[in-house]
Amino acid sequence: MLTAHRAGLIGCHACGRVWPQDETTCRRCGATLHPPDRRGLQAVWAWLAAGIVFYIPANLLPMLRTETFAGLQGSGEATIVGGVIELIRYGNWGVAAIVFAASVIVPLAKFLAISWLAVVAGRPATIEAAHTRLKVFEVVEFIGRWSMIDVFVVAILSALVQLGFVASIHPGPAAVSFALSVAFTMLSAQSFDPRLIWRGLPLRSRRDTTTG
Amino acid sequence: MAPRALYLCAMLHEGQYDLSTGAGLIACPRCDALHVEEELALGETARCVRCNTVLARPREGAFTQIVALSFTSVVLMVAAVFFPFLEISRMGIGNATSLFGVALAFSEGWLMPLTAAVFAFIVGLPVLRALLLIYTLLPMAAGRRPATHAGAAFRASELLRPWSMAEIFVIGTSVALVKVAGLATISIGPAFWAFCALILVGAASNVFTCSTTIWDALEDQGARTDGREVVPEAAFAQKGAEEIRG
Repeated sequence: MLTAHRAGLIGCHACGRVWPQDETTCRRCGATLHPPDRRGLQAVWAWLAAGIVFYIPANLLPMLRTETFAGLQGSGEATIVGGVIELIRYGNWGVAAIVFAASVIVPLAKFLAISWLAVVAGRPATIEAAHTRLKVFEVVEFIGRWSMIDVFVVAILSALVQLGFVASIHPGPAAVSFALSVAFTMLSAQSFDPRLIWRGLPLRSRRDTTTG
Repeated sequence: MAPRALYLCAMLHEGQYDLSTGAGLIACPRCDALHVEEELALGETARCVRCNTVLARPREGAFTQIVALSFTSVVLMVAAVFFPFLEISRMGIGNATSLFGVALAFSEGWLMPLTAAVFAFIVGLPVLRALLLIYTLLPMAAGRRPATHAGAAFRASELLRPWSMAEIFVIGTSVALVKVAGLATISIGPAFWAFCALILVGAASNVFTCSTTIWDALEDQGARTDGREVVPEAAFAQKGAEEIRG
């Protein structure tokens, strides 16, 4: 298999055009050209660390502050997990599952998946392993944005439930750190170069190249 | 394997590429495998021989469809912003909110920046993407040369794709509705339905969007060209012959 890198060329990750290795910008689409090497992983780790840091307050601080009957019938602050527990108590298992998946399982799975991809990037792999890694990367890339659901839920609830003394809902600080955590993890996944997955393939595949 | 992939090195005899400059070659954005660029017929799919990623999938009338769908989504978004979104009432006290209201929910104190972000995610970026696609594709759909900076506009639209979250917002609305369903009476406004329609329009537009085809078209039609794109010679020869005959 002949890759652009082995042929002494550089491929544009945005539009696929191929350029000589000393070019720095794709002259067709204007994207910056990066060689597929592990240097790019620094950005992945940096964004991932930022995402994890902001995920901690997102879970500890309240996401929502609810007041019913001006606090007479209880006012409370709910964290992400607290909101899920409340949904379960009302019997909304389906919605509880959606929120739990979007705000707990998906972020945690994303942290693990991106770290794993970044650790094994460039290491030798079999063809099957490379396909698995690419699949994992595509899932992470696709599913990352869906974690924003919880931020939108908070926005809609706080805009809608403003019933004077009867009930009112206000957003909590966790909404901001959760939104930042999701955004940073999306940037982390975007800075991962999937071409690294394939760089570690065993050298035997060089036999069928046409270089030389 | 998909029909007629861009076979690696199988098209050597065409002699249309140059390994020293990369002209006439395509590198898979996912795995860097080199492929010889070849014009595909409509409806064909080109996949990477190594990782099976779709490299190109031209559709018939795609540009016109995308332009039409982008116009539709702008109109729907205008409706979504200005019509009432949701209304709630309990014990004679009611409250209605529009999309603006939803974005402004975070405008207390230091949550402020989130207001701008939410508004951008659900309204700003979807509209901007639709306008950028119209700017890029409308001239080409009409058979004219692309506008200046059409390449930059299309690249921006592709970069913004993951950040435009209209469909996620609709799921969020459903979750919020279930949460307040026990607390109060809710009525759903036209803006909600406009948003649901937006998802369908967006999904249809994604089916037609093939970035490789659009880049090739931009290049073939003279935007940002460096004179090394692969030109379908057969088409040119035929055109020339017809001109001679006529």
